[in-house]
Order: sequence, then C-alpha cells, then structure tokens
Amino acid sequence: MKIAVCLRRVPDTTTKIVIGADGVSINEAGVKFVPNPYDEYALEAAIALKDAAGSGETIVVALGEDAVQETLRTALAMGIDRAIHLQGKPSADGLENARLLAAHLASLNCDAVLFGKLAVDDYGQQTGAMVAELMGLPCATAVAKLEVSGGRATTEREVEGGVEQAGCALPAVFTCDKGLNNPRLPSLKGIMAAKKKPLDIVPVSAGSGQVAIVSLALPAERAAGRIVGEGAAAVPALLQLLTSEAKVL
Amino acid sequence: MTAILAILEQRNGSLRKGAAELLAAARQVADQGGATVDALVCGHGPVTGLDGLGAAGADRVLVATHPDFANYCPDGVVATVAAIAANYRAVFVAATSTGKDLAPRVAAHLGATCAMDVTSVVMAGAMLRVVRPVYAGRALQTVDLAGTPVVAVRPGSYAGVAAAKAGAMDHVTVPAFTRRLEVTGIRAPEKAALDVTEARVVISGGRGLGDAKNFALLEELAAAFGGEATVGASRAVVDAGWIEHGAQVGQTGKTVAPDLYVAVGISGAVQHLAGMRTAKVIVAINRDKDAPIFKVADFGIVGDLFEIVPALTAAIAKVKAN
Ligand SMILES: Cc1cc2nc3c(=O)[nH]c(=O)nc-3n(C[C@H](O)[C@H](O)[C@H](O)COP(=O)(O)OP(=O)(O)OC[C@H]3O[C@@H](n4cnc5c(N)ncnc54)[C@H](O)[C@@H]3O)c2cc1C
Ligand SMILES: Nc1ncnc2c1ncn2[C@@H]1O[C@H](COP(=O)(O)O)[C@@H](O)[C@H]1O
Repeated sequence: MKIAVCLRRVPDTTTKIVIGADGVSINEAGVKFVPNPYDEYALEAAIALKDAAGSGETIVVALGEDAVQETLRTALAMGIDRAIHLQGKPSADGLENARLLAAHLASLNCDAVLFGKLAVDDYGQQTGAMVAELMGLPCATAVAKLEVSGGRATTEREVEGGVEQAGCALPAVFTCDKGLNNPRLPSLKGIMAAKKKPLDIVPVSAGSGQVAIVSLALPAERAAGRIVGEGAAAVPALLQLLTSEAKVL
Repeated sequence: MTAILAILEQRNGSLRKGAAELLAAARQVADQGGATVDALVCGHGPVTGLDGLGAAGADRVLVATHPDFANYCPDGVVATVAAIAANYRAVFVAATSTGKDLAPRVAAHLGATCAMDVTSVVMAGAMLRVVRPVYAGRALQTVDLAGTPVVAVRPGSYAGVAAAKAGAMDHVTVPAFTRRLEVTGIRAPEKAALDVTEARVVISGGRGLGDAKNFALLEELAAAFGGEATVGASRAVVDAGWIEHGAQVGQTGKTVAPDLYVAVGISGAVQHLAGMRTAKVIVAINRDKDAPIFKVADFGIVGDLFEIVPALTAAIAKVKAN
C-alpha cells in the first residue's frame, strides 16, 4: 500500500502568542515549532496501514520554507520512508496550498492520502477536503476510526449527538482526528535512520489567492472575574447574580 | 450583489438547530448590500420547519430532494450547490461537524476561498470581511475574502432575528453526481444526552471530581436545569476514561459557546479555556482560589465541590420550580 501524509510545521500549542510587528502574523522569536499534532495521528495511521498491508511505501509531504525540513525529518524518524519538501511560501488562501499539494500528490498515485483534521495555527480545517475535491477522490474528514480491507475503507467520525459512519473505495483522502491511534515517538534508532532517508526538494510557488489578511489581534480579555464567596454559603449570592445580573436562568 | 446562499442542515427530516443563527448572519450581510437570502435544504422526504424560515430571514427556501440525501451526502450537496452557485455572492454554512466537512469541498469545487469558524462577517467594499479565531482562540484574525467565498459561521456567534421575509418555497434539481463517500448512518452515543455544542447550559467536570462515579453530581445539577443543560468535561477526565470522548471541551475537544458554563473542579488550563472562553457567563467552582479558571470566570465560588454542587442543584431546582 502506498500512502502519503501531508504535514505542517506549527508553533507548539503552549506558545504564548505575541503579535508580530507586521500586525498580521505572530512574532516567531523564541517560538518552538513542532509537527501539527493532528498530523501525528496521520503519520501513525500511515505507518500502521503499510505494516498491515505487509508492503508498500509511506511518503510525507510538506509545503513551506526551509524550516519544514526539520519537521519532515521528525516524520522520517517516526518511520516514514521518504519525504518531499514542496519548497515555497504557503499562501494565506488555503485553496492555493491545496492546489499545489493536489498537483504533486496526483503524480504519486497513492492508495490513500492522509491529513490532519486541522492545523493548530491557522485553524483552516480545509486542506484535506479541498485536495480530495481537486483530485476527484473520495474523502472522509475528522476520522477517529479508519479500517481498510479489500480496497475499501470504513470510517467513523464524531458529529453532534453521535458517531457518523461512512465507507468509500480507495484511493481516498482521510483527515485524522484525535482518538484514531496513539502516535509513536521517534526512537533513537529512528532518528539515526532518518538522516539517511531521501528528502526531495521541489521548488513551487503558490498563487496569491483570494484572501488578504487585514489584521491579527489578541482576543479581548474577559473582565476580571469576581469571587462570590466561599463554600455552599455562597450559593444564594451566586444564584442572585445569575438571575438578576447575568440573566441566564 | 445578488444573493447569499445559506445551506441549512437537516437530519431525519428535522432542521438542525442553528438554522436561524445562520440566516441571521446571512441576512445581516445581505441587508448591507441590498441582496436577498436563499436557504437551501437538501433532504429526502418531507422536512419539518421550512415554513418558519421566512420569519427567520430567508427570502426563498430552496428544497433539493434525492434518495441519497437520507443521510448526509457531501458529493450530492456539492453538485447541487455547484449547479446554482452562479447566482450567488457567497455561500454560508454553519461551522458544525457537517458544515466543516462540507464547506471546503464546496469551496474547492467552485474555486472559491473558504473561511472556517467565522464569528463575524460584514461587507467591506467589494469584499467580505470576516473575523475568525486562530491559534485555538488565542488570537483573532480579520481577513478580506474576494470572489464567491464559502463562510462557515461558528455556532453561537449570531442570535436569530425576526425578519418577516417571504420564505417562498422552490425546488431545485439535483444534478447527476458520483457518490464517492457513502455515509451509512449515525450511531447514537451510549447515553443519549444533549451535545455540549448544542446545550444552552454546560456543566463541566474535571479531575477535582476525583472519580468517574462523582459525575452523577453534575448529571443531577444538569437535570435541575430541566432539559437545556448537559455535562461536559476536561481532557484529564476524558483521558482517564471517566466520561466519553464526545464530552471533552477544549482545544482537542469541542468548542462551546453556551449561555452558561459551569466549570467544576477544573483548573482552567489554556487548552481547556480555548474551548469555552466565549461562553456568555462562566461560573467556576474550585477549592484553589488561585486556580487560573477564576481569571476567566464571571463568578467564582472557592471551596469543596462536594459541598457546593449539591447546594447549587437544590437552589436551581427551587428557582426552576417557581
Ligand atoms: C496538546 C494538548 C491539548 C489539550 N487539549 C485539551 C482539551 O481539549 N481540553 C482540556 O480540558 N484539556 C486539554 N489539555 C490538557 C490541559 O493542559 C490540562 O491538563 C487539563 O485541562 C486539566 O484538566 P483538569 O482541569 O480537569 O485537571 P487539573 O488541572 O488536575 O485540575 C483539577 C482542579 O480541581 C480542583 N479540585 C480538586 N479537588 C476539588 C474539590 N474537592 N472541590 C473543588 N475543586 C477541586 C483543583 O484545585 C484543580 O484546580 C491539552 C493538553 C495538551 C498538551
Ligand atoms: N503547508 C502544508 N504542507 C503540507 N500539509 C499541510 C500544509 N498545511 C496544511 N496541511 C495539511 O492539511 C491539514 C489541515 O490544515 P488546515 O486546513 O490548514 O487546518 C494539516 O493537518 C496538514 O495535514
């Protein structure tokens, strides 16, 4: 089975956000970058699918500037066979990035292409489904369960009030949610091996797209909280506030 | 500007909650540009509630009927929207699990841009200007969208409006399409509770509860609200297996914006706050007066939850009885 995973380099989720001097992006000074957490589920799933099939190839693809090579090496250290760096600055318009990824993925002829459900920086929540649509492939998003057998996949994903079940033929695109698996950590042996695995660089240039970022700002702080009191004795005062001041009862 | 298309969700012949909110967002933008709002409902068999959509802001209600629409069918909805898209200036969906699945597919099919989890949308000259949380709600991005953007509006961002539009019904033809993904159904959760994203009141519990069985205290408090409340949780207790995954609020769980959020025995880690900080009113119950949750809570009670929660349950029950 041949499986590709699209991987994004993102700031660690505990990063304190400081708005950059340009007013439209974050200040990256001192920020630690990691593989997008949801992409780790995709990487783990790719390795597991290949292992279950008994043969095949896993490929990780990242679009970005040169720093993404470090992230690609992390994926190789986890056990992915080879990496492709689509070298160029991503567009602010997710569709332009999806177009570049789709064009390149088409040449790989994979049985499955895996994405994260979302990137924890831009919260775009769109790349995987867009790539599938552009490639004309079936797509199941935010899957927390993925089973493949006999050229077909069955999936489950959480929806309001239940778990939605779906199926499709391969090749197909899946975007991965928490719960799909427990991503492995790169082993020391894996880290050594990753240094020798192929990492191909393909220069690309993303279209400018139909999105202009106007500003990036910190959300308004909630007004300082009020401690109503201590223990059960404070309950009547709380109820009073909820009824007459906040009017939520 | 011509018109805005608002795609409404139905399940088993009932419109999903959130239709009025989405129409309110579309209506506001349409009124700015002298445009109309069309609501599109894809279903199989009769859908109840369509006659109320005019009053909620729809100039027209377009009904697309197909056997494959008995379950959610993204390929069919994309084809239907594509067939009528030339009439529209923008496409609006609710950023529910279904809307988030659908929006990028529609956008890619139309060659349009897609903005997810939008909390505010207005016209800015020839562009649509949207605000959306990024970095798990730790920053807000304002972007201008050109073309025919697909805008997924975050639930809880708009309140329904009374608009008194005609809401005239019309049928649209579903073009031939290939069903690449086949949704076979929805498995109900073990406990049929209101989803945390849909409840007006969310009572969330954390590690402070000490044990899975103590969630019964929160169930009782939720029950005192009489059908409009549900129980949520921090990741710590979901990971511990005390409560099902679907209840998790936060960065890797669900984003909720209820009228009232009660955090019980939850410390208030940034990843938890990411999922609930836009609740209208936040109440925190925690025995540690320095817990970070008190920084975002409108009202806090410091003390032992095992003493406070039952007292609160009794008090709410009394208010509701009157
Ligand atoms: C990548 C990543 C993603 C994450 N995503 C999420 C997410 O989506 N949602 C989420 O919630 N967390 C998430 N977390 C975890 C988060 O960092 C915290 O670990 C978690 O929220 C803590 O849960 P808690 O508040 O229940 O537990 P704790 O932090 O242990 O807090 C328990 C609280 O209970 C109080 N307490 C104890 N006993 C009592 C009592 N008898 N009466 C009253 N108060 C009492 C304590 O004072 C304490 O404040 C994520 C972490 C990472 C790294
Ligand atoms: N620059 C990129 N290079 C490769 N894959 C990406 C890139 N950006 C996003 N993705 C993939 O698309 C998923 C969703 O991203 P987004 O649509 O930005 O939330 C991520 O989890 C990745 O799998």
